Amino acid sequence: MDLRFTERQEEFRLEARAWLEANVPTAANGRGPLPSLDTAAGFEAHRAWEKAMSDARWSVVSWPEEFGGRGVGLMEWLIFEEEYYRAGAPTRVSQNGIFLLAPTLFEFGTPAQQARFLPSMASAEVIWCQGWSEPDAGSDLAAIRSRAEWRGGGDDGGTVGDDSGTWVLNGQKTWCSRGAFADWVFGLFRTDPEAQRHRGLTYFLVPMDAPGVTVRPIAQLDGETGFAEVFFEDVVVPGDQVLGTVNQGWSVAMATAGSERGLSLRSPARYTEAAGRLLSLYARRRADDPAGAGRVADEVARAVVDAEAYRLHTYWTATRVLAGGSVGPEASMNKVFWSETDLAIHEAAMRLLGEDAGLLGDDGTPGPWLDGFLFALAGPIYAGTNEIQRNVVAERVLGLPRP
Amino acid sequence: MDFAFGERQLEFRAQLRALTDKTCTAAEIRESWVSETGWSPVRWAALAEMGVVGLTVPETAGGLGLGLVDLVLLLEEAGRAGLPEPLLETTALGVPVLVDAPGERADALRAEWLPRTAAGEAVLAVGTEAMAAVPGAGSADLLILERGGDLHAVPGEATTRVARRALDGARRPAVVSWEPSPGSLIVSGDAAAVLVAALEDRAAMGSGAVLLGVADRLITMTAAYAVDRVQFGVPIGSFQAVKHHLADALIRLEFARPAVYRAAWSLDAGDPGAGCHASMAKALASDAATGAARVALQVHGAIGYTWEHDSHLWMKKAWALAAAWGDAGFHRARVLARLLDGVERGEAT
Repeated sequence: MDLRFTERQEEFRLEARAWLEANVPTAANGRGPLPSLDTAAGFEAHRAWEKAMSDARWSVVSWPEEFGGRGVGLMEWLIFEEEYYRAGAPTRVSQNGIFLLAPTLFEFGTPAQQARFLPSMASAEVIWCQGWSEPDAGSDLAAIRSRAEWRGGGDDGGTVGDDSGTWVLNGQKTWCSRGAFADWVFGLFRTDPEAQRHRGLTYFLVPMDAPGVTVRPIAQLDGETGFAEVFFEDVVVPGDQVLGTVNQGWSVAMATAGSERGLSLRSPARYTEAAGRLLSLYARRRADDPAGAGRVADEVARAVVDAEAYRLHTYWTATRVLAGGSVGPEASMNKVFWSETDLAIHEAAMRLLGEDAGLLGDDGTPGPWLDGFLFALAGPIYAGTNEIQRNVVAERVLGLPRP
Repeated sequence: MDFAFGERQLEFRAQLRALTDKTCTAAEIRESWVSETGWSPVRWAALAEMGVVGLTVPETAGGLGLGLVDLVLLLEEAGRAGLPEPLLETTALGVPVLVDAPGERADALRAEWLPRTAAGEAVLAVGTEAMAAVPGAGSADLLILERGGDLHAVPGEATTRVARRALDGARRPAVVSWEPSPGSLIVSGDAAAVLVAALEDRAAMGSGAVLLGVADRLITMTAAYAVDRVQFGVPIGSFQAVKHHLADALIRLEFARPAVYRAAWSLDAGDPGAGCHASMAKALASDAATGAARVALQVHGAIGYTWEHDSHLWMKKAWALAAAWGDAGFHRARVLARLLDGVERGEAT
């Protein structure tokens, strides 16, 4: 055990810090903060920022160089994330692609698919959203009904799923984060109508501008169109846009879900940075109103300690992964912990701000704490509700019986 | 950044587990609870033989000369086993004070006590002035006591010890009456303050480590019960209300564990944040253990509320140690105060 970073890691940190300090759009340098990524203009501003990162090869540091990365390891990625949040850089508009789909592409994608999809994802030229939930399939994801039918290909009709043939997609997906503006969607469709539940599903990659795709943006709790419904009506998709094996989409999707719940989506830097801001807020409020701040002191301390616990747990897990271990159902513990820590940080801030917490800016948008609070409220719901995660922990880590 | 324990450290834990599986069963813990001292000289001798007791004693004095990162897994294992012996007090707390203390008096104490301690012939107890009663004082051969900021060492037989009864039958606190004298003084002033602060940090980390093991045992025991116990024709563990209790307990433990290990590392490395890290560890581990105790009792139902069922042996350890050396709220306040000092000095947190 040696909890210091190596000299090379420290050098990497300083290199990332220098680039970010010079390039992150902030109020201080007049290039930021960027408008909300849940607006059309904000989405494109975020895309431009990530393109600039990509041009300097900072957008996906842990990917191989051939796909736009630097080929650095897991620890370096965590260090980069710490620097990214330390610099006050914007939320990643590419997050569904780079943090969720990409690990799945690396594991299940063909070399041709990797070459086709990863570079444009790294450069933010193609921004992905996720098409999993349906109106009647939320926590019960295996109940999805959107379907894909094989239309064959070539002179002989082809083998089901081969690259020369096509699929026709019909159905409806919902709660697609960034779906209002995204370029492509990855989603699960039922390919074997006879199969039950999580069998007979296939993982598809579909351009949002394909004929038959209709997007209906949905205003979120904050009033902005952060997610969307996506309708599929006879959408033709070539066979080479299936990720993984036909009818084995569930296991491919669970790999994505593991990333979503586990290490890659929510690096600890996001929470330690917010915890640092919470401490500063607490210090300011204490100067104005010691008794009022004192009533929130234990909540502040608890949130800060939990953020640090999450950071340590991540490095602990990363050590295990680098030694050849894998993250299985333990990812569900992660998801509960980061989502509840995020909420605890923002709830403490809301209490410190008191009545003023609910005020909007002159342009009608929430400030950072209120915006963060509203976003944090979604955490225990998306990526599988925390109730589902607790079931997974109980059944697959503790060995309790399924109902 | 490498968070992994070494093979030797893991092997040591496995050896301790093998020993406690054989000699520290619930029935044997119950025997200790009704024994004169609250612990077993036979088990202590076995622990000394294995090198556990003398782990922090320098090799020149017959110990292994190892640090807290080597000890932390063993303390956790002691909690899992419900070990009644004063391993925390002797090896994690008493010995490092003697090792670190400056001066000739400390030299003499080291020469007299460290070899005997490593050999399992002497046990130590540690108390501060704020404590009404000192855990394990009744059977300790040497007491290390803080009074007015100074540190003293007093042989047990030179004190008057009035035993108190505690809910955790292995804890054996005693009210210690003694007169400080030039002969008892180890160190005073600033040097004593440094030693006392280090002692309190080690105590927070060390009791946190034991609490991890206690929580682990309670969760394992309770999950097994939830699989076996049938109501409404199905195991109660198939109900979500029960699942979520246990999942929450496990999550609290899972995220406390690396914080305790980090505190051990920081204390060994002399990291300037070590005190804050020790407080984070104790806050998280205390909540993990008391949370696990609460869930254990609730899921067991009435049988868990009995003396006959073994779960109380661990629940009572959880409550006692969560309250010892500052509870979770105390340590969170300490973390907040230290981090705010940093904010005011303009340091990154």
